[in-house]
Amino acid sequence: MSDIKIRVREFNFYYGQDKALKDVNIDIHRNRVLGIIGPSGCGKSTFLRSLNRMNDVILGSRYEGLIELDGQDIFGPKMDVVDIRRKIGMVFQKSNPFPKTIFENVAYGLKINGIRDKSYITGRVEESLKGAALWGEVKDRLGDSAFDLSGGQQQRLCIARALAIKPEILLMDEPASALDPTATLKIEELIQDLKKKYTIIIVTHNMQQAARISDFTAFFMLGELIEHDETGKIFTSPSKKITEDYITGRFG
Amino acid sequence: MNKKYVEQNIGFGALGLCVVVVALTLVVILWDIISKGSGVISWAFLTRPPSNGMTEGGIFPAIVGTFLVTLITAVLAVPLGMGCAIYLNEYAHDNRMTRLIRMSIRNLSGVPSIVYGLFGVVLFVQLMRIGTCVLAAGLTLGLMTLPWTITASEEALKNVPQSFRDGALALGATKWQTIRTNVLPYAVPGMLTGTILGLARAAGETAPILFTGAAFFLPFLPRSLFDQFMALPYHLYIMATQHHDIQAVRPIAYGTALVLIVLVFSMNLFAVIIRYRLRRLRRE
Amino acid sequence: MVERHFDDELAKLNTHIVKMAALTEEAIYRSIEALKNRDKDLAKDVIEADKKIDELENMVDDAAVRLLAIRQPVADELRFVTTAVKINTDLERIADLAVNISQRVLTLADEPLLKPLIDIPKLSEAAREMVKKAIDSFINRNEDLAKEVIFTDPEINRLKNAIQDELVNDYMAKDLKTVPRAVQLLLVARHLERMCDHATNIAEDVIFMVGAHVVKHRKIED
Repeated sequence: MSDIKIRVREFNFYYGQDKALKDVNIDIHRNRVLGIIGPSGCGKSTFLRSLNRMNDVILGSRYEGLIELDGQDIFGPKMDVVDIRRKIGMVFQKSNPFPKTIFENVAYGLKINGIRDKSYITGRVEESLKGAALWGEVKDRLGDSAFDLSGGQQQRLCIARALAIKPEILLMDEPASALDPTATLKIEELIQDLKKKYTIIIVTHNMQQAARISDFTAFFMLGELIEHDETGKIFTSPSKKITEDYITGRFG
Repeated sequence: MNKKYVEQNIGFGALGLCVVVVALTLVVILWDIISKGSGVISWAFLTRPPSNGMTEGGIFPAIVGTFLVTLITAVLAVPLGMGCAIYLNEYAHDNRMTRLIRMSIRNLSGVPSIVYGLFGVVLFVQLMRIGTCVLAAGLTLGLMTLPWTITASEEALKNVPQSFRDGALALGATKWQTIRTNVLPYAVPGMLTGTILGLARAAGETAPILFTGAAFFLPFLPRSLFDQFMALPYHLYIMATQHHDIQAVRPIAYGTALVLIVLVFSMNLFAVIIRYRLRRLRRE
Repeated sequence: MVERHFDDELAKLNTHIVKMAALTEEAIYRSIEALKNRDKDLAKDVIEADKKIDELENMVDDAAVRLLAIRQPVADELRFVTTAVKINTDLERIADLAVNISQRVLTLADEPLLKPLIDIPKLSEAAREMVKKAIDSFINRNEDLAKEVIFTDPEINRLKNAIQDELVNDYMAKDLKTVPRAVQLLLVARHLERMCDHATNIAEDVIFMVGAHVVKHRKIED
């Protein structure tokens, strides 16, 4: 089994005439956390959403280049976009639990994919909630509305919901940006545990967070991937001056 | 310091005056109708047909007719309107064509109801050879209500946060699955409310049913869709202006008006209740 | 570039180091003058002045630790702070060596001169030069200057060995009465050589700080 889970080659992305991503080349390692950093509007989220083809829904967008998942081009004519999205789970910046019960939220992905067996669903819901470190807090109130949970719990619920369909990869777009420090810490610890089973790609504004939890760090600016390397190397001696200026905060 | 407050008070006063004027107008109208019409209301009035040259009796056929024609309107306008709204909001690309269509729909809701009536005569009564009947009237009213339903449904759909759709898609749902399981359930209350309001309006319209199916007197209830029918608004019109003895039937006219108003208000109330109950359900 | 309060704090740390470097250079100079002129008072001054340098060392350590805890610097700024801490130690050790030399002066000044001092002043000049270069390379972030320092080190060793040989073979072996004074002079040479070692350390640290290459404990290929 190759070490590289996702391979991106010469990837360009356009919103209409706007070139949002330019010649991105990167290998993403299996069972590792890749942290993506960069100033606002640099293309981080666009890149993330390209990986599970969520950008397909945006009208007027187009791409050039190659993204391979386990050696297969995700844009290939025989590839089913729904399949890709089952393999690649996504957690959004602002937690978006559905207005259903806690149980229904986690079970949603399973039901959508045609799974009807009640006991199986119940088992998977429990497994996913445990995987998201939320089970203990909600096991007695699975029938409560998801909106009754705190912000941090809601985000973990969204993670559980993503885990339920057993993806191989988890994409997280600033998952802790709306949370208080304690909740953030819980999410960060969770990510460290999750990477044993999943490949994780996380976009973050918080430099210290990227340094803390990612094994590899990629720095984007104005749509270009400026530098990517092991996190330790990036944060002690990056190769490019502009990377250094950004991570020290000298760059605005 | 004081000058600011003087200005503010004048502003508030003027606005308050507007509210008072509007409320007063409503109160006056309602009072007039209730006071002059309630005397006529009785069980007999509501369940008996008119008799003796329509100077006595009740308005039962008109009530039935209005119900029937509103039902047909609903059958046409509701599914078509919702379907159209779903397509426009969820599937259509935002290009010149769609924007043109949307603008046209908005404009259609401003077309005078008499124009719809004329259109209905030409299309349904004559061209499609349905003849003047409750079906033709219902279809005409349906067309008139359609822009209303579409607009209300679109608004309801727009109110569903995009994050619901994104979340479902990211879990591997197809577009239709997303709409069916994660958008529609939350848009339906709003859609229903808007639709029922539109139907309430249709129930009270006279012009569209004038040439397409309403009759001023029928000895029997419509036995099929292709029969003519009596309707409350038309009946009111007849009683108030066309009858040979207007003074004598004035109370009946007021009674009809009262029934019509009660009907419309009830439908509006029903719409609000539905929205409230469904919202409550969604919270769970 | 964004202006930050952090930049002020970094600048302050830099100033502390620069100050310490200046005092250290002065201590070297004065201790060697005391040796050349057999000036006991000057020697005592050097010993006294060392207290100030020790104080500064503590200040630098405190400032650096604070910076690390509160600002969590990364990349070049992190390398600057960690290098500052290391250089801090080396500078203080160099200053201590100047004190050691002064102590030798106190002992030697009471005795008649063993021999005209030629090589030791040469060595001391070289040492002073080396320390100055190392410090300059830090202040100016000059990697090339730092490399020069590292390359002079073999030269210094040669000079020290020559002095050692002369004292041992020409004096101590021939006349036992010269031993006490010769030993003192030997120690001085040793101190000067140790100063150069510390200067080399500083240069190696500077190379890491500026270029992010680790050259310590490795051979430089050039």
